[in-house]
Amino acid sequence: MSRPLPDDEILRGVLEGFDNVEWHQSRGQDVLEVRPDDLLAVAGAARSAGFEMCVDVTATDHLGRREPRFDVVANLLSIEHRRRLRIIVPVEFVEDQPPSVSSLTPIWPGANYFEREVYDMFGIVFEGHPDLTRILMPDDWVGHPLRKDFAVGAVPVYFKEGDGA
Amino acid sequence: MTDDRTDQAEARDVWISGTEEPEWLVHATDEGAQKMRHVETAERLAEQLGTVVGDDFLLEETIGDDDLMIVNMGPQHPSTHGVLRLHVELEGEIVRRVQPIIGYLHTGMEKTAETLPFMLGGTNVTRMDYLAPLHNELCFALAVEQLLGIDLPPRAEAIRVLMTELNRISSHLVALATNGMDIGALSMMLYGFREREGILAFFEKVTGLRMNHNYIRPGGVAADLPDGWEDDVEGILDVMPGRLREYDDLLKENAIWKGRTKHVGILTAEEAVAWSITGPILRSTGIAHDLRKAHPYSGIDRYDFDVPVGTNGDVYDRYRVRVDEIWESLKIVRQVAEAMPRGDYKTDDRKISPPPRQRIDESMEALIHHFKIHTEGFRVPEGEVYVAVESPRGELGCYLVSDGGSQPLRMHTRAPSFANLQSVPIMLADSLLADTIAALASVDPVMGDVDR
Amino acid sequence: MHQSTPPSVITTRLDRAAAAVRGLGVAKWAQTRSMFPATFGLACCAIEMMATGTAHYDLARFGMEVFRASPRQADLMIVAGRVSQKMAPVLRQVYDQMPDPKWVISMGACASSGGMFNNYALVQGVDHVVPVDIYVPGCPPGPQSLMHGILTLHEKVMSGEMAR
Repeated sequence: MSRPLPDDEILRGVLEGFDNVEWHQSRGQDVLEVRPDDLLAVAGAARSAGFEMCVDVTATDHLGRREPRFDVVANLLSIEHRRRLRIIVPVEFVEDQPPSVSSLTPIWPGANYFEREVYDMFGIVFEGHPDLTRILMPDDWVGHPLRKDFAVGAVPVYFKEGDGA
Repeated sequence: MTDDRTDQAEARDVWISGTEEPEWLVHATDEGAQKMRHVETAERLAEQLGTVVGDDFLLEETIGDDDLMIVNMGPQHPSTHGVLRLHVELEGEIVRRVQPIIGYLHTGMEKTAETLPFMLGGTNVTRMDYLAPLHNELCFALAVEQLLGIDLPPRAEAIRVLMTELNRISSHLVALATNGMDIGALSMMLYGFREREGILAFFEKVTGLRMNHNYIRPGGVAADLPDGWEDDVEGILDVMPGRLREYDDLLKENAIWKGRTKHVGILTAEEAVAWSITGPILRSTGIAHDLRKAHPYSGIDRYDFDVPVGTNGDVYDRYRVRVDEIWESLKIVRQVAEAMPRGDYKTDDRKISPPPRQRIDESMEALIHHFKIHTEGFRVPEGEVYVAVESPRGELGCYLVSDGGSQPLRMHTRAPSFANLQSVPIMLADSLLADTIAALASVDPVMGDVDR
Repeated sequence: MHQSTPPSVITTRLDRAAAAVRGLGVAKWAQTRSMFPATFGLACCAIEMMATGTAHYDLARFGMEVFRASPRQADLMIVAGRVSQKMAPVLRQVYDQMPDPKWVISMGACASSGGMFNNYALVQGVDHVVPVDIYVPGCPPGPQSLMHGILTLHEKVMSGEMAR
């Protein structure tokens, strides 16, 4: 069974030994689609291959569009090789259970605040994170604002020359 | 001598640390008393900490050491660069632990972005890092253009470089001004803002606003440069070098400045890379990583400039890196102004950029394009992309996901100040409280960027 | 035995003197000529507030360039920027810590009404939290707009419209 493989050494090195990791390009950028179980191993391989910095960890909510519902996205940067790589981990949402994925902080400590933000905004739990608490919203906030089922929270605006409202 | 002191201590029921523990102390320190003391401290703290919200000041695991005093700096504080709250644990004057607590400026911009059409996304994004608004707009516009798959005319790219490099100068001037003011060089505040007025006047002439311009939009820029712009840029380029030399006279060899900034807030290169630190802080540790050189965008690789790098990774090096970056940006602005290409200031793909207003009276197509763009907005093909630019604070990235509609499915901004704040606890372990102010000023966080 | 003025006469004289002074408006004049602002710069408007305080636009000519960090020493709170849900209690606490007479200027669109961010995260106007005397529109209002707002406040205090 053949799957597309990148041409260059570095990415082939990262993908070696992982059967379930898919590589594709999105507008010319390298993207790896990784299952939650493989995440730490692939991340470690990426780090050894030269991606020294994890510049961003975020998530997307695909409610209603596709399953699994969440995508956890990690953007990596290699300063030495001047390259970027993106790792996308589709995470399922099961009723009454917070979706969870392993934390990248053992490999890139800088992912700390980003993962806290994803937890705050999406409710995705990162196992192994040293301090997974809310970072942007108040500590007693209920709900995860960036989920698609959380409304924007707009208040109706009344104007003077309206229909008498 | 020590015995005399011990005798005196016993007489007054006071124990001097380092001498032999007296009897009454040995009996007094049992677990019950310890626990009570900590609860009492926590309650007293609750009364004293004036600007505490809720229970989030109670960090049980830190109230373990008897000698640690917890001080809360912010969120309303003159030198925390906005609404940053620092939870500082002090042993005397030495900072043992610092924890930044953020979220006091959270504006829900990423949620708002999902409700705005792509052309209006700039209005939202520009208010994130409000000292470098054009960089935010550029990042978002580049992400949208990459999803659309369009190229820009060279004049549009050159205008973008001109405006963003001037923005870098004005942002670094604010950094120098606040850096100086926090450490005590109050005149630096007045000087920095004086120079900034010249640049902001130019921005007002070109974009209509002093700040938060919404000028760089997907497809190009909102309007062409006005007549006479070369003279204004020339004026800025003439005035800045002399002023920069004035600042060097004030700060560069100043013994007080060097005493407050050298060997303060040191961050090593390994720590910076591990903690995702980018921008002048990373460059001050010695790593010459600048996105304008590593992953060039908007035609910036056509211009000749250097990347200043520090050696020690301390506050003084960051100050030098920022001053040198102003010099380099002046170089780039001069090159752009001399070689500004002629042509369109935005793409002529009418599905994306609205037609000029006069055309609407003449052509039916122009009217329809205008209508569609300003009501529904243009649709962006499905996909996801991550684009980053070098903002004055570091790597400013935009992760944009489109589902084929006219509004983003997800717009995430990788904020440089958000990541750079992770360096604050590392830099400030076992330093003095006064160094906290200096180091925080050198990190130059912009809270709009941090909290979004 | 020497004559001493009975206490009641002294207090009546003092009351009359105070009323005379109040009629001159000396207190109001003093309040407007050195109204110290409290530092409450939150976001982009804070930068324009700082620009108003520095050399080009110069708030010092109105006696206001000393932004007091401690609310105990401030008369005026310029809420410059967007107020998030987390910050609202802090805003109220700082306002409460200011001694009377005090005034509030809501600077910018976000402080006046939530601005362009009509969402879950912001308080839609600081008048939900503190009483506001002057609203300065703009996003951000330039230093000239802010100064106009401050001078309008001075005029209203002088005319007695906003007596404290």
